[in-house]
Amino acid sequence: MRELVLSLTAVGGLLAGVPYELAAALVMLLFGALVVFVFVLPVAGITSWVERRVWARIQSRVGPNRVGPQGFLQWLADGLKNLLKEDLIPAAADRPLFALAPYLVVAGFIATFVAIPFGSRLIIADLDIGILYITAVTGLVVVGVLMAGWASNNKWSLLGGIRSAAQIVSYEIPAGLSVFPVVLLTGTLSTQGIIQAQGWQPWRWFLFANPFTFAAFFVFFVAALAEGNRTPFDLPEAESELVAGFCTEYSGMRYLLFFLAEWGNLYVIGALVTTLFLGGWRVPHVTDHVVARTLLEFGVFFLKAYFFVFIAMWVRATLPRVRVDQLTALCWKYLVPIALVNLVGTALWMTLVPAAAHRPVAIAMTLAGAGIVVLFLARVRHHLRHARLQPSDYYLSPII
Amino acid sequence: MGYFGNIREAVATIFEGMAVTFSHFVRRPYTVQYPDRIPMRIQDTLPFRYRGILEVDLEICTGCLACERACPIDCIVIDAVKDKQTRQMMLNRFDIDIAKCMYCGLCSEPCPTGAIHHTPEFEGADYSLESMLRRFVREPVPAYKPKKGPETDPRITPLLDRGLRYVDDFAKPGAAGGEAESA
Repeated sequence: MRELVLSLTAVGGLLAGVPYELAAALVMLLFGALVVFVFVLPVAGITSWVERRVWARIQSRVGPNRVGPQGFLQWLADGLKNLLKEDLIPAAADRPLFALAPYLVVAGFIATFVAIPFGSRLIIADLDIGILYITAVTGLVVVGVLMAGWASNNKWSLLGGIRSAAQIVSYEIPAGLSVFPVVLLTGTLSTQGIIQAQGWQPWRWFLFANPFTFAAFFVFFVAALAEGNRTPFDLPEAESELVAGFCTEYSGMRYLLFFLAEWGNLYVIGALVTTLFLGGWRVPHVTDHVVARTLLEFGVFFLKAYFFVFIAMWVRATLPRVRVDQLTALCWKYLVPIALVNLVGTALWMTLVPAAAHRPVAIAMTLAGAGIVVLFLARVRHHLRHARLQPSDYYLSPII
Repeated sequence: MGYFGNIREAVATIFEGMAVTFSHFVRRPYTVQYPDRIPMRIQDTLPFRYRGILEVDLEICTGCLACERACPIDCIVIDAVKDKQTRQMMLNRFDIDIAKCMYCGLCSEPCPTGAIHHTPEFEGADYSLESMLRRFVREPVPAYKPKKGPETDPRITPLLDRGLRYVDDFAKPGAAGGEAESA
């Protein structure tokens, strides 16, 4: 990044004569815009298509498959439909706040992409306070949601907005607390620093470093799902209870912006989990060629992050919604104490356990993790064997 | 249950639940994507007695008008006159309005030869109302005169066999069928 800006501001470069800070800011803006338009928005849209297909397959049906090959253009069709809808603003609604709210929510999630690393050289700004910045900037979503609920001039929206704000704010705490064990292990808040402290082998990931970070991974994932308003914590949207919660009065593109933020947030959750616990973009040293290596790193990071997006969709299709009292009980009575125990446990681990024992424990934890995966696949095989109704039981076997 | 019991149960049940949903994820969906992605015509899978759109085999229609009398909605309109010269029943018109038809089967039951019968066809939707009126007579044809013994004409035999099979399925043989009165 620095070399790029220096080469641009040098005598023969494009921005010769421009002061360094201004050139750096311009380059950062350009990268940011590039990332947002070429990566974030299409990924958020495509995630909506992936979610509908995954959800459908889990429910033994097909999902949208008519608009384009395998229904791939469905999200474009949805976007176009929403753009063509009438822009309804309730007569008694607070117009400036009503219009501003979706943009705050979207800004809150897009701003996190500044510090998310896509490769060893692919990051818009390698902030020293990376993780802290991400946690802070996602708080902007709360302001947007509250604004949406209040400005709608609708009791259901208000309730939805308040519930959502309470949910996001209370789950910030276990999420933040679960980040700390990782920060303790690396000593830095920078996202690139955290990834560089891990390795590409699973036993060098922080997930398997010690039992406390293993638990912290689950606490972080659950808390991040709750922050993203995903089922089983999607009370604010609660389709069957509050119509659409805080976005009841929104129509057309404004409504889609809230959902764009939700799907994009899924990717942010996946990216954060990958960064903190799964070794990010670390790859084995197979090539010295810069471009190939960068592409490989980008691919590995994207696949790992998208795997967690898939898990979030899978969880959504599996679990029923929790009540609001169950939600807060889960946060304060279970996740926060466990997160605190993880934090203290990691600190004790770092001081008490000798360094020679770290690697064997990591390998043992990796084997335990593999064992869990094997057990899971055994249960899946059991359910497939004992399925009571096969598609061939219907007189027409479906062709996909 | 206890604090740790709660945690254990939450983890165990979610694990099991996700195994169930994953087992569904890797299965073939049950959706039948009618009408363009089906492995065989649905008409071929329907049972023999399925009451689909009506059809008339004019080669074995005797012109007895039993079906016209039996129809509760008057969707069958037949014009059958006895030609004075040739002393033969001539069918000038045999119209069935399939939009009016309620597919009750009351017309195919009294048919002596099974000329009017239901087919497995059900895809009759169209954009024009005129196509709902099925005209089975293009030019006047003589009605069928059933022979005393077994039928000898090789073109008629298969139709008669099929028709009588319909009749046997819908009514006892010889009860509602039998020699019809000419109009």
